[in-house]
Amino acid sequence: MSETPEVRPPVVTPARVIIALCLVAPFVAMLWVGSYAKADPAFIGIPFFYWYQMLWVLISTALTVTAYQLWQRDQRGRASRKGGETK
Amino acid sequence: MKNGVNGVALGVFIFFFLAVTVMGFLAARWRRAENEHSLDEWGLGGRSFGTWVTWFLLGGDLYTAYTFVAVPAAVYAAGASGFFAVPYTILVYPLIFTFLPRLWSVSHRHGYVTTSDFVRGRFGSKGLSLAVALTGILATMPYIALQLVGIQAVLDVMGVGGGDNTNWFVKDLPLLIAFGVLAAYTYSSGLRAPALIAFVKDTLIYIVIAVAIIYIPIKLGGFDDVFAKAGHALSQVNPATGKPRGALAPPEAGQWTYATLALGSALALFMYPHSITATLSSRSREVIRRNTTILPLYSLMLGLLALLGFMAIAAGVKVTNGQLAIPQLFEDMFPDWFAGVAFAAIGIGALVPAAIMSIAAANLFTRNIYKDFIKPDATPKQEAQVSKFVSLLVKVGALVFVLTMDKTVAINFQLLGGIWILQTFPALVGGLFTRWFHRWALLAGWAVGMVYGTVAAYGVASPTQKHFGGSAKEIPGIGEIGYIGLTAFVLNVAVAVVLTFVLKAVKAPEGVDETSPEDYTADAGDPGVQVELPPATAGAGH
Repeated sequence: MSETPEVRPPVVTPARVIIALCLVAPFVAMLWVGSYAKADPAFIGIPFFYWYQMLWVLISTALTVTAYQLWQRDQRGRASRKGGETK
Repeated sequence: MKNGVNGVALGVFIFFFLAVTVMGFLAARWRRAENEHSLDEWGLGGRSFGTWVTWFLLGGDLYTAYTFVAVPAAVYAAGASGFFAVPYTILVYPLIFTFLPRLWSVSHRHGYVTTSDFVRGRFGSKGLSLAVALTGILATMPYIALQLVGIQAVLDVMGVGGGDNTNWFVKDLPLLIAFGVLAAYTYSSGLRAPALIAFVKDTLIYIVIAVAIIYIPIKLGGFDDVFAKAGHALSQVNPATGKPRGALAPPEAGQWTYATLALGSALALFMYPHSITATLSSRSREVIRRNTTILPLYSLMLGLLALLGFMAIAAGVKVTNGQLAIPQLFEDMFPDWFAGVAFAAIGIGALVPAAIMSIAAANLFTRNIYKDFIKPDATPKQEAQVSKFVSLLVKVGALVFVLTMDKTVAINFQLLGGIWILQTFPALVGGLFTRWFHRWALLAGWAVGMVYGTVAAYGVASPTQKHFGGSAKEIPGIGEIGYIGLTAFVLNVAVAVVLTFVLKAVKAPEGVDETSPEDYTADAGDPGVQVELPPATAGAGH
């Protein structure tokens, strides 16, 4: 690692900040139990507490998919840049 | 409760059981590699699984029969507080997205089969590696035992082996047969057997849940009625404790418990050896990342399953043992043949994780105790032999455990296992990102976490038990009730950080790190990854 190439892309990029936010969001939402510990409004008879958490299964999945795709793009970008230099 | 044996349900159950048994033995031929007799082949399925096989395998592995029985049972018993399993599984995937690919990469570069292999390689410490291995084995054993409890619950409801007046041999015979068969095909086929059976298991489970979540509420008059009745039943005051049984939403006082249980369990899940075994069997780094995006489908299923707990209350299912609530609900609600399908799903659901867990525990023993301490020059073939044998031993141990001791003992140990396994997090995940921690500091942190967790759990009383009555206790210094495992984990990290500063100041020997930074990002196809695979254990020669 000591022989860092000169034009190394920065470690923190906007894409990476978004990736981090996507991965952190479920933690904030789920650990803040007070924000959803209630019965109303109900959805087809299911109290809020339950459908809200089930909804977050879908939301967090969407966020992880986003993070995955941004990460792949990020890695491809880096690989091609690196490949262009060394080859 | 219907009396006697439910013949139709039992017939369907036996049919599926026989089908997976045949599959289990045939699995040995599935994707067979040229180099059969190595731990990589037997214990990791040749590290060849793609996205879908890994998905089924991980799903089959993490969502065990015990989960299917215990999660709705917790909801049945106490309402909202049992639902923490859902946020817990939501948090698992963003978490493993960050560290699991790194573990995959470094393990492939160096031929690591277990987490302890990695810890030894990273920190050059056999002591720390032994601590991680022992914790893993200790935490896995009761988990296997609980899979048997899951099968027993199903057999009980079907009227097989139940009844107190039958002698013990007749009573336990079905369980003995089930486990004998499981042991035999795990021995011959290794990880390939549960991987193949997982397809059947998960398909059955998804079908059963989909039907249950539509069919049962219709029979009970819709979700409005289900929750109205459940809410009413939960608000009844329990004469033993003087408090209501539970609530439809956690009260203010229960929110810390809910959140800490979810977080602590999420952190712990991928410390379990069986999770890691399933992960390392995948073909590439991308397979793991992709899986973090499709595994949440299981969380959705788990949420629906938890709701069955309310349906059991609403349907007026009365059982003294909460674990029987869901099997009993199926028996009461479904036609016999479909109840049989549902029971088969739970029964097979026990076989897949039990197989993977015994393989994982056996791998830990072989690599980190046998090879590190007893026979350092073991050949790959010998390793595979020892592992096969130990996997048998582990299962027999679990069987004896269940047959000779009260079920609550297995459940208590499982609770402790969760607390214990979380204490390996700093060494493993910490080690994946930084070499800053000192190996002795990690060992000391682990010890403090283990001792605190065990003592604290011992001191929790419940109306039915004097000790190990639950997994939550007042957090020292905060005063809220929180998950003991997480409190122990925080202590563990604090000790590790402080001692690292101290040990660095006195220049204690750091140990040799055999990994290099590129190892953590290597993928299949990179130099040194594929090439090193066939001999696999080459990396262990260091």
